[in-house]
Amino acid sequence: MQISLWRLFTSFLKIGAFTFGGGYAMIPLFEREFVHRYKYIKEEEFHDILVICQSLPGVIAVNFAVYIGTTLRGKKGALASGIGVTLPSFIIIMVIAAFLYQYVTHEAVVAIFQGVRVAVVVLIFSAGVKFLKQNLHFRGIFLAFLTFTLIAVFYVHPFFVIGLLGILGYLIYIVGEVNTHADDNA
Amino acid sequence: MLMTMLSMFLTFLGIGAVAFGGGYAMLPLFERMIVDTHGWLDTSQFLDMLAIAQVTPGPISINSATFIGFQINSVIGAAVATTGLVFVPVILVSLISTNAERFKKSKFAQGIFIGLRPAFVGLIFASVYSVAFDAYVDIYSAILFVVLLILLRGFKLHPILIILIAAVSGYIIYI
Repeated sequence: MQISLWRLFTSFLKIGAFTFGGGYAMIPLFEREFVHRYKYIKEEEFHDILVICQSLPGVIAVNFAVYIGTTLRGKKGALASGIGVTLPSFIIIMVIAAFLYQYVTHEAVVAIFQGVRVAVVVLIFSAGVKFLKQNLHFRGIFLAFLTFTLIAVFYVHPFFVIGLLGILGYLIYIVGEVNTHADDNA
Repeated sequence: MLMTMLSMFLTFLGIGAVAFGGGYAMLPLFERMIVDTHGWLDTSQFLDMLAIAQVTPGPISINSATFIGFQINSVIGAAVATTGLVFVPVILVSLISTNAERFKKSKFAQGIFIGLRPAFVGLIFASVYSVAFDAYVDIYSAILFVVLLILLRGFKLHPILIILIAAVSGYIIYI
């Protein structure tokens, strides 16, 4: 049975509207909805999609939605899913942004945001620590330090640094592969 | 305004096209482009925006793009920014979803991540470095930083709860 575009749209709309904590928090909900509840996608296929979406640039939740939408219903499905997952954020943020700056000079709001800014730095710092733990080997720490130094100390544009690190990674991979083949032949 | 819209679309298109590694790894790109290059927000507004993006549902980068776009040109601005952000990735996804096997075996995709994974770490700490000065106002912010970090990492409190505690603390300390 083919999934209807409406169901595709509303499934993603619902997940987009009620998942706090960013795109990664949505992934288990996508799995529950499409693998376990409606059984439109097999477990292994879902994990493949996850790996692919993580290796593409962009917003992981939107990439996921578009991927699932395309797989199940082609281009129309991609559109229904992509708009579904984005629309709640879009509306909620616009409502907040419209009202926020009317109160931003109010002293209570100023005081609250003074505290909240510290929390944001804590959350970003903690995300950095989490990623760092996954790269605790000499090469990982060196490349992370290189990225940090180029951007924060030398003020090189992040666009350029991301490109550079991608190329470096590819070169390391090629060299590693040549070495393994050399070992095989020896 | 048309030129601003075009420049905003291209800015978000560029960010989306190289934003590997999710919301937090995108922050230095957002910050450099939005705060430094275009001056659409100052650093404090940028931090406030991130806080709002955190406590509302949905992907942080979509929330951020919508917020920034809306500040510049209302609903149209929000739509232009958000569309720009997802434009390139969405095209890539729809192309790759029909060639998944080939992509998985691609040496290029495997190779670049050897460099990109550590780059995310450096990118995130670079954005901590640049926003930390703005969040630091006095000794109380430093104490609050340590307390919140312990609550988050030691006691595993939910990020939204961390923001709420910080909001209450801010109110108590600074009012």
